[in-house]
Amino acid sequence: MTETLTIERTKDKRDATGRSPVRRRKRGKRPVWEEPPSAAGQTAKGLTLGLVVAVVLVPLWIIVVTSLSTQAAVNRAGGLVLWPTDVTFEAYRVMLSDPTVRNALLVSLGITVVGTALSMVVSVLCAYGLSRSGSVAHRFILVLLILTMFLSGGLIPTFLVVTELGGYGQYWSLILPGAVSVFNILVLRAFYSSTSADLIEAARIDGAGDWRILWRIVLPTSRAVTAVVALFYGVGYWNSFFNVMLYMPTDSEKWPLQYVLLTYVNRGNGLPGSVNSGFGSQFAQTAPLSLQMAVVVLTIVPLLLVYPFMQKHFRVGVLTGAVKG
Amino acid sequence: MSSVTTEQPAPKNKLSLRSRLRRDRSLLLMTVPSVALLLVFNYVPLFGLLTAFQDYNPLVGVWNSEWVGFAQFVALFDDSLFWGSLTNTLYLSFVQLILFFPIPIALALLLNSVLSERLRNLIQSIAYLPHFFSWVLAITIFQQMFGGAGLLNQFLRSNDIGIWDIMTNPDTFALLITSQAIWKEAGWSIIVFLAALAAINTDLYESSAVDGAGRWRRLWHITLPGMMGVIMLMLVLRLGNALSVGFEQFLIQRDAVGHEAADVLDTFAFYYGIATNNYSYGAAAGLFKSVISLLLIWGANKLAHAFGEDGLYRK
Repeated sequence: MTETLTIERTKDKRDATGRSPVRRRKRGKRPVWEEPPSAAGQTAKGLTLGLVVAVVLVPLWIIVVTSLSTQAAVNRAGGLVLWPTDVTFEAYRVMLSDPTVRNALLVSLGITVVGTALSMVVSVLCAYGLSRSGSVAHRFILVLLILTMFLSGGLIPTFLVVTELGGYGQYWSLILPGAVSVFNILVLRAFYSSTSADLIEAARIDGAGDWRILWRIVLPTSRAVTAVVALFYGVGYWNSFFNVMLYMPTDSEKWPLQYVLLTYVNRGNGLPGSVNSGFGSQFAQTAPLSLQMAVVVLTIVPLLLVYPFMQKHFRVGVLTGAVKG
Repeated sequence: MSSVTTEQPAPKNKLSLRSRLRRDRSLLLMTVPSVALLLVFNYVPLFGLLTAFQDYNPLVGVWNSEWVGFAQFVALFDDSLFWGSLTNTLYLSFVQLILFFPIPIALALLLNSVLSERLRNLIQSIAYLPHFFSWVLAITIFQQMFGGAGLLNQFLRSNDIGIWDIMTNPDTFALLITSQAIWKEAGWSIIVFLAALAAINTDLYESSAVDGAGRWRRLWHITLPGMMGVIMLMLVLRLGNALSVGFEQFLIQRDAVGHEAADVLDTFAFYYGIATNNYSYGAAAGLFKSVISLLLIWGANKLAHAFGEDGLYRK
């Protein structure tokens, strides 16, 4: 925890004065004492880092291009299309007019929004409730929380509890069992603990209660970490598919997008009511492959929409977690 | 973990328990929803582990099912499929440790040496991206690239070379799942190592360079010792999780490569527990895994302490 605080403090200080207490390398300039790199070394470095970038971006590029291609282009390429020739949004039109995919998109969005909201409310409250040192029982509750990171009933006992509570086939079974992440609570708590004690004391003297302090002081001063934790939760809900497999494997109208992706793209099963594999006879004019790739793109798009705003804060969340273990 | 041990002791106040409860009642109330959810979905299932000693019948519930003692475990240890899953788990874990673990460290060193901050941030953002993909998505992407109908075979076919289906070959499965894990998570794992690098005081580099230490000697005598704490911590976490090699990844690909190669302890509990309604059997397999995992975490920490590092918790 102390380490997290130092990281934050040094960062703040550097922002304010342009220098940090620990001397860091000035970015963008090679220190005078460092020998200039060899040409071979530079080339190898460039190639390696280029490879890292390429293995992520090239498959995504190919998938996007194929989703925008006509059947003719797919035929010409013999499958995936590497370079756009005749761009068409037909696959997306067909996909969004398909009831299964549209339904799945709504289910996924619903679970993600409701789940993230619930998780955030519950976690933020708990993190603040445990962040005031000296409060009654906070250590006991903390131990209770942390123990769950080491002891778990495992797959089958959890499954039995959820089904005995009537969760089979219910949307809540996709949300509640994983709604609380102790890891995320610890991340939030570390930041709330570091909120200026003077500020809180001053507010308390002015008559503010804990709810008000949380809402007016602690939350506004820790926006970055709140955003990162919300992203972690949101991505978790958006990506979850195993719970679907456990609790609603047969109700295809309740499936979220990831499960549709698994069934119709990964496993190549036909959509319900269709005859052919891939995406059914009524869509014969659209390349089935383009349609499948459009579903892939659909599962990535929401992530790409929030990613640019979040990625600069990742360090904050991950490091706290790593230091806490 | 450390927060519990390193926190300063609360100021000794003379308030009675009752008035402290009144003072902190909002704080306590705030923890109620989380604690309640964890009790229901984490602590109650712990008691559900009792089903491992029963012949659980969903129709009569936990309380009325027949107790069979260790019969499920006896059957488990007699089951070649179980030993197959255990061997697969350990083998895959070992392969991942050897091939995966060094990569983020090397990438962090490489990235740290990039001078332009903007370029560094750009590469980092791209490298982190797959971490946020679901396993369904990641495996779909691999399938499109290397599967029977994927890009690689598309190329091989058009050049009249035979088909090479990596996605369904049980012999190379260990390499396949390791490369998937590297593709998805290696970039994200860089973060902690980069932070460790950033915490090393540059004065050390400067004075050693003045003393004539070259690039490699600085790496060996300053950088690596500076990263050792984090490397050990990550290694301890990895060893402690040796029996968890990635559940969803295997679940999705098991049917394509066959259960001999792809069954691990977690999928064993799923396929021979839930999917066959043989709940007690699966719970026994799960309990076995939990107990061994706890022992591994404990052992890995002992190891870290022996090397003079903190590990997951302090001595």
